[in-house]
Amino acid sequence: MRVASRGLIDRGAPVSFRFDGREHGGFSGDTLASALLAAGVRVMGRSFKYHRPRGVMTAGPEEPNALVTVGRGAAQVPNVRATVQEIHAGLEAFAQNCWPSLGFDLMALNDLFAPFIGAGFYYKTFMWPRAFWERLYEPAIRRAAGLGRLSGLHNQDHYEKAWAFCDVLVVGSGPAGLVAALTAARAGARVILAEEDSRFGGRLLAEDAAVDGLGGPQWVARAIDELKSLGNVRLMARTTVTGAYDGGTFGALERVGQHLAGPPADLPRECFWRIVARRTVLASGAHERQIAFPMNDRPGIMTAGAVRAYLHRWGVAAGRSVSVFCNNDDAHRTARDLAAAGVAVAALVDVRADAAPSGDFPVFAGARVIGTRGRRGLREITVASHRGTERIATDCLAVSGGWNPALHLSCHMNGRPVWREDIAAFVPGPDSVPGLTACGAAAGIFSTAGAFADGERAALAALDALGIGAVPAALPEAEDQPTRIHPYWQVTGVPGRAWLDPANDVTVKDVRLAAQENLASVEHMKRYTTQGMAPDQGKNSSVAALAVLAEATGRGIAETGTTTFRPPYTPVSIAALGAGGQGAGFAPQRLLTSHQASLERGAPMVEAGLWYRPSYFPRPGETTWRAACDREVGMVREKVGVCDVSTLGKIDLQGPDAARFLDFVYTNTLATLKPGRVRYGLMLREDGMVFDDGTTACLAPGHYLMTTTTAAAGPVMRHLEFVHQAHCAGWNVRMVSVTEHWAQFAVAGPLAVALLDSILERPIDDAALPFLGYVPVRAMGVAARLFRISFSGERGYEIAVPARFGAALFRDLVARAENLGGGAYGMEALNVLRIEKGFLTHAEIHGRVTAFDIGMQAMISRQKDCIGKAASQRPGLSGQQREQLVGLRLTGGSFGAGAHLYNAGDDPVAANAQGYVTSVCHSPTLKSHLGLGFVKNGRARHGERLRLADPLRATDVQVELTHPVFFDPEGARARG
Amino acid sequence: MASLLELTPCEGLLPVTAGGVTLAELPPALITSIAPFEAKQAAVARVLKSLGLGWPRPGRMIARGDACCLWSGRGQAMLIGAGAAGLEGIAALSDQGDGWARMRIEGAHSEAVLARLVPVDLSPAAFGKADVARTALGHMMLLIARTGGQAFDLMVFRSMARTAVHELTVAMKAVAARDNAT
Repeated sequence: MRVASRGLIDRGAPVSFRFDGREHGGFSGDTLASALLAAGVRVMGRSFKYHRPRGVMTAGPEEPNALVTVGRGAAQVPNVRATVQEIHAGLEAFAQNCWPSLGFDLMALNDLFAPFIGAGFYYKTFMWPRAFWERLYEPAIRRAAGLGRLSGLHNQDHYEKAWAFCDVLVVGSGPAGLVAALTAARAGARVILAEEDSRFGGRLLAEDAAVDGLGGPQWVARAIDELKSLGNVRLMARTTVTGAYDGGTFGALERVGQHLAGPPADLPRECFWRIVARRTVLASGAHERQIAFPMNDRPGIMTAGAVRAYLHRWGVAAGRSVSVFCNNDDAHRTARDLAAAGVAVAALVDVRADAAPSGDFPVFAGARVIGTRGRRGLREITVASHRGTERIATDCLAVSGGWNPALHLSCHMNGRPVWREDIAAFVPGPDSVPGLTACGAAAGIFSTAGAFADGERAALAALDALGIGAVPAALPEAEDQPTRIHPYWQVTGVPGRAWLDPANDVTVKDVRLAAQENLASVEHMKRYTTQGMAPDQGKNSSVAALAVLAEATGRGIAETGTTTFRPPYTPVSIAALGAGGQGAGFAPQRLLTSHQASLERGAPMVEAGLWYRPSYFPRPGETTWRAACDREVGMVREKVGVCDVSTLGKIDLQGPDAARFLDFVYTNTLATLKPGRVRYGLMLREDGMVFDDGTTACLAPGHYLMTTTTAAAGPVMRHLEFVHQAHCAGWNVRMVSVTEHWAQFAVAGPLAVALLDSILERPIDDAALPFLGYVPVRAMGVAARLFRISFSGERGYEIAVPARFGAALFRDLVARAENLGGGAYGMEALNVLRIEKGFLTHAEIHGRVTAFDIGMQAMISRQKDCIGKAASQRPGLSGQQREQLVGLRLTGGSFGAGAHLYNAGDDPVAANAQGYVTSVCHSPTLKSHLGLGFVKNGRARHGERLRLADPLRATDVQVELTHPVFFDPEGARARG
Repeated sequence: MASLLELTPCEGLLPVTAGGVTLAELPPALITSIAPFEAKQAAVARVLKSLGLGWPRPGRMIARGDACCLWSGRGQAMLIGAGAAGLEGIAALSDQGDGWARMRIEGAHSEAVLARLVPVDLSPAAFGKADVARTALGHMMLLIARTGGQAFDLMVFRSMARTAVHELTVAMKAVAARDNAT
């Protein structure tokens, strides 16, 4: 029901929206909750467990009941708080957790069984038979309980992440936050003022309070205008600071497009901010708490402060005849304000006998509400006082059990709040988050004037810590009522369920039961009853629940303590946290210069780290990858193939100590390498395991080019930097990655020379460029590097040109290769070629093998030390018990990598395992299935037949153990 | 003999404009990474000075005309748009010109666009003209310099140019959309 001449809504801008299929009207400035309340909608949701009708309880982000689903299909967002969602034309919201409808929910039958399904019911009941829990009980229970549901479709909405930096972050823009922001900004600090509401002002918008002779909202507008004019303030409305993290970093969720009727196509729905602040002022206000009394969950039972907020902020009377139930003076304002606005006040019930509120309404001092009636909304309350018991007709009960400072952020780095008996509230502990100071209501200072002064104090402290000088300004004048409260948590001695956590349907009885069953620690109670585990994360219930627990266990509140508040403060959608990571956004794509040419040839891409490499190049008539792969292998063995190998890491090392440095990081000797020569090198980690391998070319005296495997390009660079800085910082060697500068292509096969001669300015001279040689060349007018190295076992070369020429050179090389009966080959063929030759990749040097295991122990030079040498000589890292590299061969059949090997006749169980398979291929050259793998004492067992079993692929075959080099063991083809 | 066609890293991807911010590829330039050898820092600085540049302090660049020398890491700088004559033997020199996609982002909201992807403070107070940072653009390695009041030069790996342009474009459009949202 709207109240004339109250509220900050724009009555000139009506807005229509839909809730649960029905058209409703509201005004610009309304939240979904305020508009529904104004329209007389009382039931906005159903409770989690008992499916009881629930209405809105609060006016802010802590709302436990009025949770709705907004939108349809893939764009639907569940568990949106109706108190936060602003209405806009076209807004469509749906009630949750009810079937068939919000008004008539069949699952409300649960409510009849409430006496049986208290805390721990499921644990105790659905114990047997055990297998039924996962398959039957849990799915059924989960279907019956719960809140909103996800669509199950891919979310197509745009979300965003961003960074912001400031000197002073002010969290909250109530009286304390505004003065803090003004103080910091006037002193010249870079300020961010974050406000989770759509409007700045906090409680100044929700109360009828004069500030400096102005209305609260007018004073707020003046303050915001000044902040805007200063130029060093970023005002962030609709932005909830959700977490405090290390280094002054805060997470914050901004609602960017959810409140707009027709948001621009590229506008994100939400933005997740990482705000890095040198100092932080926590002015997050406080949440009002309920009192637990019988049947206190009916629609129409709200917090007293929320009833005032609906009146002053949105011009809505929460009921036609409102009563108040409280233990403090603050709540009396609700009765006074409503009466002043012409709303009937049925009763003011204060538990304190000495309470003396004044006003034109019936007052019950020293009284309690002991019962309520009204299934779909409050109709009547029962009040017990020294005069006896009275039933009072009322459709809204404004309850206040006091205020809990919203101190959650101060606990995110393990800070524990401190109990203050005088105000019956927890306040933030000192220095609980480095650089963060709480002030105002968040620090337990509840009067407006007190908040102004405390906001200034906090800002001055922050400025002082930053070394920014500031002078205190005159503070605005406002009310300065002391906090008068008598701790009162629950109405006892009367029958009926008294809810503590309406969101998860946790009652006083549940908490007492937990204590009775010795789950008496507050953390155990929470987990047993699920109190505080709903979307509101206990904002409405935690303090009251622990007070009830304290009473039940005979301990004090301070001694009982709170559960741990963790980020996020309010729910953050995963889509916002993962913004930018949908689909291909998950990781950057590294594309070769030949990428487009490979796509044009129909090559499917395979990911190698971040790189996209062509898998194979299908030709007409080739219906399977194998057909293309077999042809490409044959091409390289018989004619010539071209393959883009630019992904290999290339590290340029220079300096008088470069050779010495290479000797230190490689197991073998590189220092003797002459200019124009290339050598294979093996690199160990400090623990003695094989780290990487590759070739190193000596380009000139003191100048080397190291290649790494694709996968280890980054790690090897990091390793070299570490070794240089940590172990030999004085050595005169410099290194830099040049991977990206060069496009490099392997040209391999008997016709490789013919192909290369057709593009080189001077033909290849075997004397000048022997196997494992390097020469600078000119190819088609471009200065290039030519290496004679082979990863295929054929006569092979790699030609490198600056990357701007890569695309053109690849196309040209492939065209020429095709004219010679060859062509491009992809990763599949490359893999077959290297397995036939027993060459290794990280499938074999996977981090758990030693040089001994791969048969390269002789490459660890005896003449010098190297990284990993000492560790590699530890007992157990060599010898017969080691699994050693072997070849595996099967004619007629196939097997996969990951299969395990057993002695013939042994059962294929882990205890009998002799080794495992790392790489496999079909070899068109040798017409059989080949594999590389590791087998215990494998080098001594060539010729043995082993059982190979792979239960995942239902393979169980006998394979022959062989030398790992299957083809051309002498290497004549590559050297010839 | 036919010559090879040259392609720039952002060929076909740029320029892009949204909301008054323009992302454009910088013209190809000679880039040489310079790492002075032991005890040669002063000598290297002298040669660079003779080019009208100098050895940049960490996090800084020194520019003159189209040439600049840009700090790029511990004991390392990138000389862009000028030859490294005179530095042979006193510094490790490596060609890097084809390895980097170089872009300029310019416009009133360029800082806001970069704030979507770059985790460092790029406000004029913290990152003034000729300031340089080696940081991240999304998940990519980035070398960034402020080259104007509202202009930044960006360098990412050549192979990542397409992802970089895509992510920057998405951010540019999202920032532009905020201006159009009411």
